[in-house]
Amino acid sequence: MHNFDFVKPASVADAVAALSTEGAQALGGGQTLIATMKQRLADPAVLVSLTGIADLQGVCMGDGGLHVGGATPHAVVAREAGKYYPALAHLAGGIGDPAVRNKGTIGGSLANNDPAACYPSAALASGATIVTNRRKIAADDYFQGMFSTALDEGEIITSVVFPIPEKASYVKFNQPASRFALTGVFVAKYAGGVRVAATGASNNGVFRWKAAEQALSANFAASAIAGLTVDDADMISDLHGTPAYRANLVKVLAGRAVSAAT
Amino acid sequence: MTKVTMTVNGKSVSAETEGRTLLSAFLREGLGLTGTHIGCDTSQCGACVVHVDGKAVKSCSVFAQDVAGASVKTIEGMANADGSLGVIQQAFQDHHGLQCGFCTPGMVMSAAALLAENSKPSEADVRHYLEGNICRCTGYHNIVKAVMAASGQDVSALAAE
Repeated sequence: MHNFDFVKPASVADAVAALSTEGAQALGGGQTLIATMKQRLADPAVLVSLTGIADLQGVCMGDGGLHVGGATPHAVVAREAGKYYPALAHLAGGIGDPAVRNKGTIGGSLANNDPAACYPSAALASGATIVTNRRKIAADDYFQGMFSTALDEGEIITSVVFPIPEKASYVKFNQPASRFALTGVFVAKYAGGVRVAATGASNNGVFRWKAAEQALSANFAASAIAGLTVDDADMISDLHGTPAYRANLVKVLAGRAVSAAT
Repeated sequence: MTKVTMTVNGKSVSAETEGRTLLSAFLREGLGLTGTHIGCDTSQCGACVVHVDGKAVKSCSVFAQDVAGASVKTIEGMANADGSLGVIQQAFQDHHGLQCGFCTPGMVMSAAALLAENSKPSEADVRHYLEGNICRCTGYHNIVKAVMAASGQDVSALAAE
């Protein structure tokens, strides 16, 4: 990879200042970005590590639900979020492998918005709020297509706030080589209705399956979606699965998630 | 170049680094600790696993400057003080947990991280935890057996094939 200047600020203000330099890029746990830089698909002049900022670390209950600091590693969410939001902890504990979970961060995952990443489905299905150094962004407005988000240049995810559902579950069909989701579905039941988000399926990245949300809001049972179909028109096609296969997986996994929801 | 200081296997060490210097390169090229192996360099294979402040990480996917000041443990720090093999290393030898040996440093470091979290893992726990460590000889059965034995459990009933 090309060389760069590495900085590790201790505060959000210092990180924002460092990110205003030409060619600067934020670094979370680096479990995607470092591999991308080795392939020279990313070429920052300055890399600003966010993992030295104490304010961005940790999991706690607060206004609006569970607050997860933007630089919190997956392993910490897996270990500490379980008593508040078990489905979210389960999702975090299934990302990558133990060594990846010790480094990779929730903010990094959401900022990258990989179309097969796990966290975007949890954020979208939970109606989470992505909090940055500048504003609060509703998950429905945040995800804007594959590798694309509402974040502006130099904007940092400081925390993510997850409203706690009555019941929820995430079911992931593993792609065993990459350990990403071949397809994954997160179902969350709130007093106001059910939300269903699918990852690893659409060319536009994570999306809500609204027909299933309506059916499940009326009757929260796998049988309620048995008669529905998922349109495969814009599904991902690769050597691991055809668009029709992924569309079917969304339905199958949503049904399993409903049955498993606690 | 920036001088990075950290504690490696209990000793304070320093080396000059670039921003792009990976922890794996810092250990291997900067300190000559070549027990940490580079298999894939894409964080898939786990041959480069070391502990940073007690947590298993893939050293090919961490910048040296990002872990300045940390306490790092590598495979070279796993032997006993008198130079004899540590418990996990000895179990790998006793149970034929290595064939070509290339993945072994990462396997031992991941196994040590597992046993620190879970002192009596089930066979399923071991297999799940070692998901990110790939053995190109596909010698997984004996690796799992060795980790179970290192935890002090009876492995005589585990399949040897």
